[in-house]
Amino acid sequence: MKHLSKVLMLLTIPLTLQLFFFPLWQITLEAPQYPEGITMFIWINKITGTTEYTLQNINILNHYIGMKYIEPDSIPELKYFPWVVIGIAFLEVLGLFWYNRWYYLFIGALVFALSCLGVYDFYLWEYDYGHNLDPNAPIKIEGMVYQPPLIGSKMLLNFNAISLPATGGYLFLLGNIFGFLSFVLFPKKK
Amino acid sequence: MKSLKISIAALIGISGLFIGCQSGGQKKAASATGSDAASSVYVAPGEYDEFYAFMSGGFSGQLSVQGLPSGRVFKVIPVFSVDAEKGYGFNEETKPMLNTSHGFIPWDDAHHPELSQTDGVPDGRWCFINGNNTPRVARIDLKTFETTEILELPNSGGNHSSPFITENSEYIVAGTRFSVPIPQRNMPINLAKGNFKGALSFITANEPGNMTIKFQILVPGFDYDLAHSGKGKSHGWTFFTTYNTEEAHTLKEAYASQNDKDYIAAVNWKKAEEYLAAGNFTEMPAEYAHNYYDERTQSATSSMLKTVKVLDPAKCPGLIYYMPCPKSPHGIDVNPTGDYIVGAGKLSADLTVHSFDKMIAAIEGKQFDGDAYGIPVLKFDAVNIGTVSSGGLGPLHTEFDDKGNAYTSFFISSEVVKWKVGTWEVLDRVPCYYSVGHLMIPGGDSKKPWGKYMVAMNKITKDRYLPTGPEMCHSAQLYDISGEKMKLILDFPTMGEPHYAQGIHADVVKPNSQKIYRLDENEHPFACKKESEARVERDGKDVHVYMTMIRSHFAPDNISGLEVGDRVYFHVTNLEQDWDTPHGFSVLGANNSELLIMPGQTETLVWEPKKEGVWPFYCTDFCSALHQEMQGYLGVGAKGQGGELKWSLGD
Repeated sequence: MKHLSKVLMLLTIPLTLQLFFFPLWQITLEAPQYPEGITMFIWINKITGTTEYTLQNINILNHYIGMKYIEPDSIPELKYFPWVVIGIAFLEVLGLFWYNRWYYLFIGALVFALSCLGVYDFYLWEYDYGHNLDPNAPIKIEGMVYQPPLIGSKMLLNFNAISLPATGGYLFLLGNIFGFLSFVLFPKKK
Repeated sequence: MKSLKISIAALIGISGLFIGCQSGGQKKAASATGSDAASSVYVAPGEYDEFYAFMSGGFSGQLSVQGLPSGRVFKVIPVFSVDAEKGYGFNEETKPMLNTSHGFIPWDDAHHPELSQTDGVPDGRWCFINGNNTPRVARIDLKTFETTEILELPNSGGNHSSPFITENSEYIVAGTRFSVPIPQRNMPINLAKGNFKGALSFITANEPGNMTIKFQILVPGFDYDLAHSGKGKSHGWTFFTTYNTEEAHTLKEAYASQNDKDYIAAVNWKKAEEYLAAGNFTEMPAEYAHNYYDERTQSATSSMLKTVKVLDPAKCPGLIYYMPCPKSPHGIDVNPTGDYIVGAGKLSADLTVHSFDKMIAAIEGKQFDGDAYGIPVLKFDAVNIGTVSSGGLGPLHTEFDDKGNAYTSFFISSEVVKWKVGTWEVLDRVPCYYSVGHLMIPGGDSKKPWGKYMVAMNKITKDRYLPTGPEMCHSAQLYDISGEKMKLILDFPTMGEPHYAQGIHADVVKPNSQKIYRLDENEHPFACKKESEARVERDGKDVHVYMTMIRSHFAPDNISGLEVGDRVYFHVTNLEQDWDTPHGFSVLGANNSELLIMPGQTETLVWEPKKEGVWPFYCTDFCSALHQEMQGYLGVGAKGQGGELKWSLGD
């Protein structure tokens, strides 16, 4: 059993660092005149799209309703989140050497807490983009806000906005589960 | 049982014909189509056609892109004629494309599209087409479906037998339909015989931006009508038909039809390359334009070339031979294996098939029947391998399928005849409505035809469509040739007068079709890539406006301080980088066309305001829900009274 717990902790390391290779979250916009689809990918350190021009094209669409331009350079999280991820990976590496049940619980709990904070932060950004609209926007509809859902889909005018975790998000969640399992399966002192 | 079925079907067919005759031509043609014709040409909404067809525009000077089997028109690509819709020949970037040694020419007569080939198979990189009137050839890039290069041809009096590519796109060729004095000079026209000459040009095809006449061959002054290059074993040779070997200079319809046989000129271009390398040529003074649209700078430049390398057959033995062919041959076609050369004597009933192997043997055995101006004439029997006696009249052109069959159009008897290559027996015939010229099978002049459809391009339309006054569209007809019998399945209208067309499977072209021009690769000298850098600069009477456009505004949208007598250059850059987001630009009173600017592209419109006032400009291509708001104003004062030059957006 001791062996399994340590292997699980070992696995959390690549499942953390993969965030530099796979996006965390994705928001897809569906409308008839976009048969090729428009999907925006949110990474730990950048925002990309189906093509390299997707973000510009989303911004052009958003300007009709007066939404702020999504400019990755103006989002500080994209600068410091990578360091948080590296920090987590460091603590997990440490777990391979400091073999302590409560330390394992600490890692699991910390990662879970940070994840919740991250999702809450994402919600705040969505709220900000969806509500703080330019009063001079060409299209103004009384009472309409344009906040995409945290998870799930919602019609925003002619677009169906679908927000879901992406590959990196799922893998990171799996890592967190492994982290807790490594605590649960930690061999009790006899 | 089977034969009974066939005879019943034939009876039904014949009775249908009688009924058709009683109730007029329309019904007759309708009964010639099968009941399943509609479903076989139906391309459901949202689905793609299986083939691209590139149809020449003839006297429109353009090239249209249509789908098969639906016949739908996707685009008319401007080539030799100005196109106000696209700004081609009107904006500053494309004006040089239509420059020639005779100055700017806004029109030509475009005849034969030819797709680039690799190993004898259409590869979907480029389409070439000839301009007949002011002799030229053009390259159309099939990533952008735009004309990117035009080369004028010196020593030519009408570029008809062109472009007809070689199997690895080494060369496109060009022969002169009208022989002329070479070099040009004024002389009595009735002394044409023996004094006029022709030129056969070989033009490098596979180096974009460097389309060059590698060499010309000076030939006797016949009319060089059509051509095809050899393939497979006959690769290295190009064949040209001739008429008017009588060298008549007037009333040619009679005087050029006297000889029982004219010639097929067989040119050994590999031999020509040897003579060229050996320095056995003359550098002849000439004047002809080479125009190239550089996708980087998004601008065309025109340069005038001053010499051309000329080979004289008298000094180059083995370069060219004449093969007799009856009755003013028109089309000349080489079958997919490269074994047979089919000459269509347009004033006869028969097709003449020469054998490439026999031709080589005849050359080696010196089976000559005299010479024409020093060019050896091969004995007819020494090269001929067969005759297709079809019973039709006026054969013009032949294409091939992938099952060893050939299809020949007959203009006078208005039909297409299917025959077997090798046995020369006639297998089937179908009527055309009316008077077919060229026909086309996708890949039908290559090594690997897609033998599914055949398009007949008809010269006479009459009652095929709702009438539109004296001038009517030309009509094409689509036949299913996948079975033993040809089946008429569709009539469709075409643009201008398609002479020849080329077809290619959509999968070869579609994946390479470009969606946008990348803004970061735009090296147009007057590009403005950021809205914040939009500006107006005055340089004496010239005013340069560096303008941007994005959904849905111009920057700047108001400009004042212009004056009557100014020359205002609007350099407009479309900042969009999304698929299918062009913007247009037009100014009230501009003496030219609109601009139609694709994403990432920069185009320039010149406006010389003639009246004082405040003049609007706007976007002409419906771009978004706020398209109607995409507009601006230009303040123009009297000469010397425009005031300070100012520009703004959202002030």
